[in-house]
Amino acid sequence: MSDKTRRIDVNYLARVEGEGAFHLVLRGSEVVDAKLRIYEPPRFFEAFLRGRDFREAPDITARICGICPVAYQMSAVHAMEDAAGVKIGGPLRELRRLLYCGEWIESHTLHVAMLHAPDFLGYESAIHMAKDHPDVVSRALALKKVGNEIVALVGGREIHPINVKVGGFYRVPSRNELRALIPRLEKAFAEAITLGQWVSTFDFPDFSFDYEFVSLRHPTEYPFNEGRIVSNRGLDIAVADYEKHFQEQHVAHSNALHSVRVGAGPYHVGPLARFALNSDKLPTHLKDFAKNAGVWPVCTNPFKSIVVRAIEVIYACDEALRIVRSYEEPDGPAVSVDPVDAEGFACTEAPRGSLYHRYRLDKGGLITDARIVPPTSQNQKTIEDDLRRLVPTMPTDNDELLQWRCEQAVRNYDPCISCATHFLRMNVVRQ
Amino acid sequence: MAAAKPKLAVWKFASCDGCQLTLLDCEDELLSLTHHIHIANFLEASREVVPGPYDLSLVEGSITTNHDAERIQKIRQSSRFLVTIGACATSGGIQALKNYADTDEFIRYVYASPGYIKTLSTSTPISSHVTVDYELRGCPISKTQLLEVINAFLTKRRPAIPDQSVCMDCKAKGTVCVMVSKGTACLGPITHSGCGALCPSYDRGCFGCYGPQGSANTTGLSARLKSVGLTDDQLVRVFRTFNAAAPAFHDAGLAHERQNETN
Repeated sequence: MSDKTRRIDVNYLARVEGEGAFHLVLRGSEVVDAKLRIYEPPRFFEAFLRGRDFREAPDITARICGICPVAYQMSAVHAMEDAAGVKIGGPLRELRRLLYCGEWIESHTLHVAMLHAPDFLGYESAIHMAKDHPDVVSRALALKKVGNEIVALVGGREIHPINVKVGGFYRVPSRNELRALIPRLEKAFAEAITLGQWVSTFDFPDFSFDYEFVSLRHPTEYPFNEGRIVSNRGLDIAVADYEKHFQEQHVAHSNALHSVRVGAGPYHVGPLARFALNSDKLPTHLKDFAKNAGVWPVCTNPFKSIVVRAIEVIYACDEALRIVRSYEEPDGPAVSVDPVDAEGFACTEAPRGSLYHRYRLDKGGLITDARIVPPTSQNQKTIEDDLRRLVPTMPTDNDELLQWRCEQAVRNYDPCISCATHFLRMNVVRQ
Repeated sequence: MAAAKPKLAVWKFASCDGCQLTLLDCEDELLSLTHHIHIANFLEASREVVPGPYDLSLVEGSITTNHDAERIQKIRQSSRFLVTIGACATSGGIQALKNYADTDEFIRYVYASPGYIKTLSTSTPISSHVTVDYELRGCPISKTQLLEVINAFLTKRRPAIPDQSVCMDCKAKGTVCVMVSKGTACLGPITHSGCGALCPSYDRGCFGCYGPQGSANTTGLSARLKSVGLTDDQLVRVFRTFNAAAPAFHDAGLAHERQNETN
């Protein structure tokens, strides 16, 4: 009977970072309830950051996420420098962009090839996929490795880099150390194009939505560490005004709190949003690539985020090459940043989207208040809404297919549940 | 007929995912590894879940909820060998900082609806709950050491991972001692090796992310750190990071906290 109520429960969401689940309650093709549930235990980072020295924040906040530690370190150091009124320019600024390029290459390639592509081709995992497509998987691993090599050289190691410091770095690479990356980066650039071409050929569900996209926008660059927070609905604010425009709200159907834009509702951060708001900043060859891949100038089909992620990998390889080729060693590895009684704000573009940090410091440089809003928590409401919109487009007689497609729809966002947990409210269903 | 490949499972508790990511970061080895071991349950990588029992379980993360305290018991029962990977699973991780604070206050500070949050007042290592066959250190673990542990399991031997301090690695690398030459505070003398003595080679003191080495003389090092200018207040924070609840660091942290209160 088509009006029978049925549930689809995916209790352990696979191929995402962290522990999440989703629950759908359906009547025919109507969605009665859709919940993305986070059961990863809370770790209380904002609480124990209080009383720590401002210089400790990059090392401590990196531990929120092993997949995108660079993003946490970048938001932390920029917020501290904002508090101190210090602006980092020249080669140190370039090295920070380079470090971020490495993380985008590593994290995006992991998601594109290892976590998301298997959905489009019907494999349980990339390891299963490697049996039929060994070349694709081994080349993607090699591409991912180059991203990790950049992070390891500039940051000291791939996971939880040790070289990021408020004011710059502990040690900066020599010109020759960076130039040694050029041959591998040139190869990575070519591999990224191949990967992008391959994912562009996938079959994509006919599904799109007019999202409010939110991302950083910088006057001259595709954004990593600096810019204003903008949206395709006219939002254009300084980072320090973030909390005036975005807040977490209770919604009636769920115990979970969701990040919404005040007066506007749910929004979308990440590659699709960055691309929609900054595609004019891409080099011409990537604009052409995006046109050929059918995502230019804006892509509103979340399943095609895999293509846009691949485009950002190509961009990150291109940008890394530019930085490495033009790098001149700075006068010193860091500028001095003194403790100051002030508040600092930063938003940087993690692979999964905007990552906001705010810290209040006392005159001795100890943190007295901290607020961290990771991208996955900002996307949570939009992910649930996508599930509600997706189900009615699917056949009602095949729950196995429906479940897989819904999992894929969650993975469109490359959700990082480890990141989101310390802030997301646990959505416990009590019946 | 070839013997069935041993079954590997990867489990997650309170953690950042970084240590299990290390397995996916074995870009050169991952595919050949799957020729020797069946990745039977690894949710971060695959939706396929092959039921247990498992020959080797890698456990990431610490125990912070009642539910997880029960879950680790079941995992132990279905695992022939159980290896903890990383500082969270081995010592309680950075989240063990709540062991030294008021958890209810922490919940109220971070969460708008504290009633929804079910958490224990402590973050504890896996070995506080079940028998652990081997503990791999680090925040994060080293890729080389992870592969060594898996290799050792496959060839039925103990992992060749020496319990020595970071200082040994600095000497082997030829890195000039940052504490002797520059007066930089460094936890190298008491910290377990495994990172390749990374921080001193980046002109920075070790901050202890591999946790205490077996015979760590924290009292001796604390005296030295005070001589380069650290106060008791700072030393509390020095010992309370990613391995705050590891016994040697825990004791040192408490000692400096008491000292700081009497100062």
